[in-house]
Amino acid sequence: MKAAVKRRKKISVADFSFRFCNMIFMILFVVITLYPILNTLAISFNDGTDALRGGIYIWPRLFSLKNYYTVIQKDDLITGAFITVMRTVIGTLLSLVTNAILAFIVSRKRFLFRHQLSLFWVITMYVNGGLIPTFLLYKGLGLTNSFGVYVIPGMISAFNMLVIRTYMNGIPDSLEESAQLDGAGYTTIFVKIISPLCKPVYATIALFVAVAQWNSWFDAMLYNRMSDNLTTLQYELMKLLSSVTNQSTSAEVMKNASGSVTPTSVRAAATMLTMLPIVCIYPFLQRYFVTGLTLGGVKE
Amino acid sequence: MSYRTKAKKNKNHQETKIQFSWKEVKRQKVLLIWSFFIVVYGIVFYYLPLAGWAMAFENYKPKDGIFHSSFVGLKKFNMLFSDETFLRVIRNTLAMGVINLIATFITAILFAILLNELKSRGGKKIVQTISYLPHFLSWIIVTGILHDALSGSGIINEVLMKLHIIDQSINFFAHTQYFWLIVAFANIWKETGWNAIIYLAAITAIDPNLYEAAAIDGAGRFDRIKHVTMPGIKPTIIILLLINVGNVLNAGFEIQYLLGNGLVQRVSQTIDIYVLKWGISQGDYALGTAAGIFKSLVSIILIVIVNKIAKHNGEERLF
Repeated sequence: MKAAVKRRKKISVADFSFRFCNMIFMILFVVITLYPILNTLAISFNDGTDALRGGIYIWPRLFSLKNYYTVIQKDDLITGAFITVMRTVIGTLLSLVTNAILAFIVSRKRFLFRHQLSLFWVITMYVNGGLIPTFLLYKGLGLTNSFGVYVIPGMISAFNMLVIRTYMNGIPDSLEESAQLDGAGYTTIFVKIISPLCKPVYATIALFVAVAQWNSWFDAMLYNRMSDNLTTLQYELMKLLSSVTNQSTSAEVMKNASGSVTPTSVRAAATMLTMLPIVCIYPFLQRYFVTGLTLGGVKE
Repeated sequence: MSYRTKAKKNKNHQETKIQFSWKEVKRQKVLLIWSFFIVVYGIVFYYLPLAGWAMAFENYKPKDGIFHSSFVGLKKFNMLFSDETFLRVIRNTLAMGVINLIATFITAILFAILLNELKSRGGKKIVQTISYLPHFLSWIIVTGILHDALSGSGIINEVLMKLHIIDQSINFFAHTQYFWLIVAFANIWKETGWNAIIYLAAITAIDPNLYEAAAIDGAGRFDRIKHVTMPGIKPTIIILLLINVGNVLNAGFEIQYLLGNGLVQRVSQTIDIYVLKWGISQGDYALGTAAGIFKSLVSIILIVIVNKIAKHNGEERLF
């Protein structure tokens, strides 16, 4: 009896210390994750030249809105923001519709080329032409220096299609059959019956595609470098970053600026503005990306 | 009524295969038309670039095109493998790929297990939500943050100096020995929370009775993690490992491109950067394509091998 009590006590001490360590670990994790972001936020609201002295952590020392003011006055950044919003909206819509149609087709049990069409797309996940042939192809198709290069090439992706297909496979066939008895064609079945049931998986894919669109910069650099009116937010941010790292240019920019903003502080403001939409949206969509990731793990 | 029995019959039939017939084609007209457009799209954007592989075996000149450039066989591949830079680039890609793979795997699993052990539900939710955040940031933003944190007056140098680990600030981006570590850390920072999602889902799916039974048998917390949680998420770990091993050569482009500089390029350049540099900037399309083909082939071989191993061990497979 006594021994049992002793033992229980011992376990609870071990338990307590484990929980305590775990909590410390989690707090440390949260601090490491959030600190750099909060630090950037503080710098973005701080006077630029004052920030160069260092010592700013998560609260601005000399409050100033000049950085944000400078950002909204930069034409390139405004153009970039517009193009980024456009490519995110159009790209996500196109991608969602085409992937959904493809997933619908390959999840129809009666479809004659079901396995062939699936295989055709699964292969593209593992084999691709590589950078140079792709570059030459886009050039040949006239996609370079055009908005199309942002939304057309990656439109259908095998991975996204497979996620939607897995979800559609879980919908009972009887729904399709009874609709067919009522005389519905495949278009009606897709639009009126299957799609409403697929809302969660559509949301997942839309989120994945939208984030990828919002964050991509490489296509802007590689294909649309010559077209300033097709620049994107991330690409402009990258230019700001290299102007910060490159000391000579940064000194030059500083001289041109009114003295209270620096490339570092302007970049901090631009970074915060770029981050803002994503930070506002993602917490509310958590359950969708959990769905997407678990479905994505189940292939074929 | 008769239609219904027919439909039922068809349903049994479906398990085998729908026979090709004009009646069936007519019935599926919409599906066939749509798949036609989709296949055309796929051929143009995914299969046509494969034809460009021919360039690697030619003395490719843009004005002659693929069909009229002279054939040189494996000359470009010989050039590639006698280029010391390319061999170094392969080493860098493999090293960073493997380091990142192992580092992000271990941290994600550890994080998922520890988060699961957190008693407070609210706390769990908050930590998890915060942990996803970095995944949604672009590499541009992440490298910008890294530059700030690791700069001479950045927080890392400051903390290290306060702790008297160093007495002079280090310029992390100027020394080759730090680069791989920085890349690994950046990957951990960005993806730990995101990668943990799937493990947490797997842990949630474990039967709670198993934990209770283990507790009754006198298993402590670590025993339960070792004997219940770990076996429970093992299939998930294996399938993700398979996916990621096949992708090991794809691991390096954005961050290395954005963080690399002249001082560290010996360790920072990856195959993709090499292709970009030689293929696009220097205009040697053939050499760039050859390097790309090498990468694709190694990736495919890796995928086939891990798939075979998984099949042999009776685990889940990729395809």
